[in-house]
Amino acid sequence: MREIESSQTYRDKAKAASAKPAAFGRDIDLSSYVNSADEQPYRADPSKLPAEDKERMLEVGVVLDGTNQRSGTFIQMDNTPVHSSIRQEGIEVMAVSQALEKYDWLSDYWWQAVAVGADKYTANVELSQHNGYFIRTLRGYKTVLPVQACLYLTKARLSQNVHNIIIAEEDSELHIITGCTTASNEGSGLHLGVSEFYIERGAKVTFTMIHNWNPEVAVRPRTGIIVEQDGVFLSNYLIMKPVHSLQMYPTAKCVGENAVVRYNSILLAAQGSSLDVGSRAILNAKGAKTEIISRAITTGGNIVARGCIEGNAPDVKGHLECRGLILQGAGTIHAIPELKGNLAGIDLSHEAAVGKIAEEEVEYLMARGLTRAEATATIVRGFMRVDIEGLPPTLSAELQRAVEASEKDIM
Amino acid sequence: MGVSMSETILSIKKLTVRVEDREILHNINLEIQSGETHVLFGPNGSGKSTLLMAIMGFPRYQISKGNIIFKGMDITMLPMDERARLGIGISFQRPPVVRGVRTHDMVAACLRGREKEQSISRLAGKADLADFLDREINYGFSGGEIKRSEMMQLLAQSPDLVLLDEPESGVDLVNIALIGELINELLEKNCRIRDRKHAGLIITHTGHILNYVNARTGYVMIDGKISCGGDPHEILATIKEKGYEECAKCVK
Repeated sequence: MREIESSQTYRDKAKAASAKPAAFGRDIDLSSYVNSADEQPYRADPSKLPAEDKERMLEVGVVLDGTNQRSGTFIQMDNTPVHSSIRQEGIEVMAVSQALEKYDWLSDYWWQAVAVGADKYTANVELSQHNGYFIRTLRGYKTVLPVQACLYLTKARLSQNVHNIIIAEEDSELHIITGCTTASNEGSGLHLGVSEFYIERGAKVTFTMIHNWNPEVAVRPRTGIIVEQDGVFLSNYLIMKPVHSLQMYPTAKCVGENAVVRYNSILLAAQGSSLDVGSRAILNAKGAKTEIISRAITTGGNIVARGCIEGNAPDVKGHLECRGLILQGAGTIHAIPELKGNLAGIDLSHEAAVGKIAEEEVEYLMARGLTRAEATATIVRGFMRVDIEGLPPTLSAELQRAVEASEKDIM
Repeated sequence: MGVSMSETILSIKKLTVRVEDREILHNINLEIQSGETHVLFGPNGSGKSTLLMAIMGFPRYQISKGNIIFKGMDITMLPMDERARLGIGISFQRPPVVRGVRTHDMVAACLRGREKEQSISRLAGKADLADFLDREINYGFSGGEIKRSEMMQLLAQSPDLVLLDEPESGVDLVNIALIGELINELLEKNCRIRDRKHAGLIITHTGHILNYVNARTGYVMIDGKISCGGDPHEILATIKEKGYEECAKCVK
């Protein structure tokens, strides 16, 4: 009874917010997108997917030929989950619709980390949801190999509205790589992705997300993370390819003592791309810590790089580092770091810098025999290098590969 | 009888250098044979560093007259990176931090693929920087660490002409002996004189480096002109005794 009531409440809240613009980013007319797409066949063996699709997925770190480096796989094409599997005990990977049927308690996690009425995009996901994934590690299980998830957009003008739930039970460890991409380099589309993370006591989750859209696609992820005592959430976000407009501001709430949240973002905006990307950490428990690092590069597009740390408990500590590089053209980088401290005994800091490549650094490398082009490439590569603690080597390599694959677009 | 013919590695002819709108060096002439080390004395602001920068080819240092001939080739108009690839190397006094670029990457860049990975750790061992290879270049380095890192990069680059700007400045006594050793290796001082190919031009304010590195010739630079040349120890003794005022008289 309670379930039905609560879901009715969510629908009411969603309806009330269905025209509410987001706090940030350009407004999108949802009526110019369609909500339905053809059903896709289920693939028991994902390596049987068409070669061109597999290639697109590989670019965002989703490996379908020989999945022995992944502990689980989930693929959704448009609105249909076409594959889910696991290769390890102690984890679950399935379509969220299937998980809702299987576990009646799952509705307790619905809209707890993200507010359904936050804006028209969250509302639209509630009112017209097209699945998503459910990933869970059971208490005490530690995965070394990552779970991979792919949200794939093939149909033009589709609004892909997914709702993902990720639960890491007490003392478990979970690594996820999510690749979001399109089948084609052209054609408009909209991706609305709600992701709610629940990181229980002592659990650790790393979430590596690689986006590879096209110049006509708009993207509005809505992510919330709740971290309990001694829990760790580590997010790595990479977008190196053109997109029409992307706006997101994931928010992590540390609700248990000594919870830790780290965000690393590497953003590249080509001409015509508009990125508004932030990371927020709300430190509500004693001793919680956060570090937010972003690297923004424009070769002609516009980037708003936001960051926010809020300290609401004793002995919390946070640092925000936001650096931007304007390489060429008429691009803009707007860095907006925010700190909010609500009591004594907290330690929050930030540093932000936006500029061009320092000529002094180019000369230093040229004096060692590098050409100007080689020197510039070396400096840009260094700029994008974010040493990520706690990430398995396969994922570090995956990120590095995605960065390097885009180097020629930058130069 | 193998008395090798020394060849002129660097020949500077009537060189005039401007920085922005100011002429800093006036009509400089200088010649260095391969295998030789020369030192350059002079008060602060006399133009010593400008000469090194102009030889290396930093764009800010504009050559308005004269020529720089390196290994028989006129390099006056060549960009800096080409000069580096031809065999000129310089140590930076205050090198920039390049974020995300590790010391290892810099050494590898200096090697330009000539040698294998193991030579990087060998060089780091020599410069006592084994723990620095994974660190961002120059980030949080002390004065001595910067000097050693510059020497390590130059050893990897192995230039025929080494330009060193006050290698002893800001270095404590423990470090200076090691830096002296690294310079001697760079200049092939361990080889027989006739087998040496690498040449050096070293700026020294205090002359202290002469306790560690032998040099054949010394010059004094005053107000953008070379006032004299001769035995470096003799010049140093004169400067210590009478100061640069004595040298200034010679320029007039």
